[in-house]
Amino acid sequence: MDRRHFLKNVIGGGIVAGSTMAFGGYAQLLAATGEPAAAYDLVAVRGGEPDVMFDRAMASLGGMQAFVPKGSRVLVKPNIGWDVTPDRAGNTNPKLVARIVEHCLQAGAREVSVFDHTCDPWAQCYRNSGIERAVRDAGGKIVSGDSEGYYQRVAVPGGQRLTEAKVHGLLLESDVFINVPVLKHHSSTMLTVGMKNMMGVVWDRGYWHRNDLHQCIADFMTFRKPTLTVVDAYNVMKQNGPRGVSAGDIVLMQSLIVSTDPVAADAAAAKLFGVEPADIRHIELAAKMQVGRMDLGSLSINRIKL
Amino acid sequence: MRPRHLKALRVGVSVMFFALIALVFLDFGNLIPPAFTRGLLYLQFVPSLLQFLHGAPLGLAGWVVVLALTVLFGRIYCSTVCPLGTIQDIIGFAARKRRKGRGLRFVRPDRFWRYFIAAITGLLLIAGSGLLLNLLDPFSASGRIFSDLIRPAAIVANNIAAGAMEQFGFYAVSRRQWAILTPLAGGVAVATLMIVAWLAATHGRTYCNTVCPVGTLLGLVSRISWLRIGIDSETCTECRRCERVCKAGCIDLENMTVDSERCVGCCNCLTVCPGDAVRVVNGWRRVPAAQPDQGRRDFLVHSGVSILGLAGLAETNATVLQSRPTTVPEAVKGPVSPPGSVSIGRFTSICTACHLCVSVCPSRVLSPSLLEFGPSGIMQPRLNFRAAHCNYECTLCSEVCPTGAILPLAKDEKKLTQLGVARFIKENCVVFTDNTSCGACSEHCPTKAVRMVPYPNPQNKPLVIPEVDPDYCVGCGGCEHACPTKPFKAICVDGNPVHKTAKKPLMHVLEIRTDDSDDFPF
Repeated sequence: MDRRHFLKNVIGGGIVAGSTMAFGGYAQLLAATGEPAAAYDLVAVRGGEPDVMFDRAMASLGGMQAFVPKGSRVLVKPNIGWDVTPDRAGNTNPKLVARIVEHCLQAGAREVSVFDHTCDPWAQCYRNSGIERAVRDAGGKIVSGDSEGYYQRVAVPGGQRLTEAKVHGLLLESDVFINVPVLKHHSSTMLTVGMKNMMGVVWDRGYWHRNDLHQCIADFMTFRKPTLTVVDAYNVMKQNGPRGVSAGDIVLMQSLIVSTDPVAADAAAAKLFGVEPADIRHIELAAKMQVGRMDLGSLSINRIKL
Repeated sequence: MRPRHLKALRVGVSVMFFALIALVFLDFGNLIPPAFTRGLLYLQFVPSLLQFLHGAPLGLAGWVVVLALTVLFGRIYCSTVCPLGTIQDIIGFAARKRRKGRGLRFVRPDRFWRYFIAAITGLLLIAGSGLLLNLLDPFSASGRIFSDLIRPAAIVANNIAAGAMEQFGFYAVSRRQWAILTPLAGGVAVATLMIVAWLAATHGRTYCNTVCPVGTLLGLVSRISWLRIGIDSETCTECRRCERVCKAGCIDLENMTVDSERCVGCCNCLTVCPGDAVRVVNGWRRVPAAQPDQGRRDFLVHSGVSILGLAGLAETNATVLQSRPTTVPEAVKGPVSPPGSVSIGRFTSICTACHLCVSVCPSRVLSPSLLEFGPSGIMQPRLNFRAAHCNYECTLCSEVCPTGAILPLAKDEKKLTQLGVARFIKENCVVFTDNTSCGACSEHCPTKAVRMVPYPNPQNKPLVIPEVDPDYCVGCGGCEHACPTKPFKAICVDGNPVHKTAKKPLMHVLEIRTDDSDDFPF
């Protein structure tokens, strides 16, 4: 309980302080009352550390309590696919994951769980990505995704090629689902952001690869959309993705995108990366299937520079 | 001298060794440091001997320590260090608890079978096949019981517990997967356990004294041991209590002798003798009888022979190693041996299939082979890419191997060790057959030896298809494991009979390392 209180104070203070810097007195007022600050579809932040950028983004979206009801169960799904260290940016930045966990607990979440169905051996990925430790220290629960027993068969209602999938039980149990991809180059889909990151909540990824990968990625979004998509674009792997060969593949971009619209988040991330959203087929397909909007011009976007 | 506490000491030491060895094999979370494992297994005779014969420094020769201990105290190895010995003691103890009254009896030594089995084992080894040694070596047999029977059972129990806890929202116990179970290795482990258990329950240490080649060798050495069990015919009342608790059946009360060649030094007899007749005696003290001299003479002959044999063994294996690349037919996918095994010939001649590496492998890519390595390589672990791929960053198997079949590899060395080479079969590839994106292979490739290149297609889709540059491939099998096509993969790894060195992955460092533009591109 002490830790909770401490975190509440620290984060509450951080948010208020951050908001003050961003918007002056108004934001402080808004953050304090908990009302939605503005009806932003998407918030993009540049120029800060991952945790600071996230504080600012959430402040402009009315704080985490706008998304996490008291007593709710939260699933935070970062990318922990590879047994690589944080400097390689093959996985989501551990600082960002920790901050999200802290925000959720501070908003009154009953529990915050974190897992990924990894590509390399899970225990090594969890450890060497720094995410296991960061989540534990932040008060979250780190859970394995490395056994078919965790996964339950569900129907994908709007799927064209993917009509069913085996999904981790935690996703089915959670009230709030926060997807935290890292923006990376991908050898085949060109880009991996939020919707591609969803492949880590299912058991049989091979089926997706075998049956029109882009279509399956878009299809799965009709099963469940994340409450929030938080794109980590602090260090961005620009080549040799998604695993990367060396730290030489990384560009420091110090950016963060938060949106309730998974397609918009991916589209904005694509732009940041330097490609047109329409060139990433699953983004285009998802937009066509009305999972979300990829036309960034029609969205209300809050752009924050630190 | 009749120290009664020796049995308690023996039980304590054996339980400690047994429990720690079991722990090493059942360590789901890879929590035990490899250095501890190596230290723990330092004294295991066959692994240590094989390691030595293939050029390990003398400091690693735990078997010499075992021989020295045997010269001093007889076959205490069999009652303390050997895990199979302890398995037999546990089973025998339980069996005799259930059937009170009937005890064990003196049995005449079965010298023919004992020496015959040991000789065949040795000859086969000299001829280049460790098959019989691998089957009979008590450490490896125990390893297979742990790895192929007890570990899967423990994982099932763990997963049931984890599943039950999940109902209440607890995820603290993680579900586990096991390595691919091969019926052969599992079957051999079951058969070994059943035979050993039956012998232990009904006859005592018959396995150790008739079948086990280590027991036979140490038995020969213990003929000259310093301290041994003896019976004082003057104080003995022939109550036969010692005979009834002697697992080795080596106490002959007719002649008032103890067959030290078969005595496993369990000290049970010392504890039960109501008088002072069963004693620890000095075997080196000259007694008027001609018996000890004979023993010494026998020992000299035997040890001379065995040393010659060992010398021959070391040399012959070196030549065998050269003449065995044919285990990998060109047409078939060659098996892939673990990183650090140097070559398949070398690996199969040293590995005793104890399956410790199979147990510790975090990715579960190591699994017991069937006939992939040839008939004498049965059950030796290979990389099974249907199960998983070899983690680029991992060197655990090489750090724990007790025989030196898998030599230690530094991480940087391992990353350049080419176990095999990926081969792309375009006709099976999703991109070719379906004209849809995939790239699972390239995604997993840690060196980008498998890269995606533009693929012109009839529908003019912006597709990319894999291309392999063998120079950079390390044969980790990430591509083969991830390839989703069934039943045949579109990319597979052909094992290298002799491991090679791959080129260092190309590391183009991006020119612009920091994107500090203030603007948003949207």
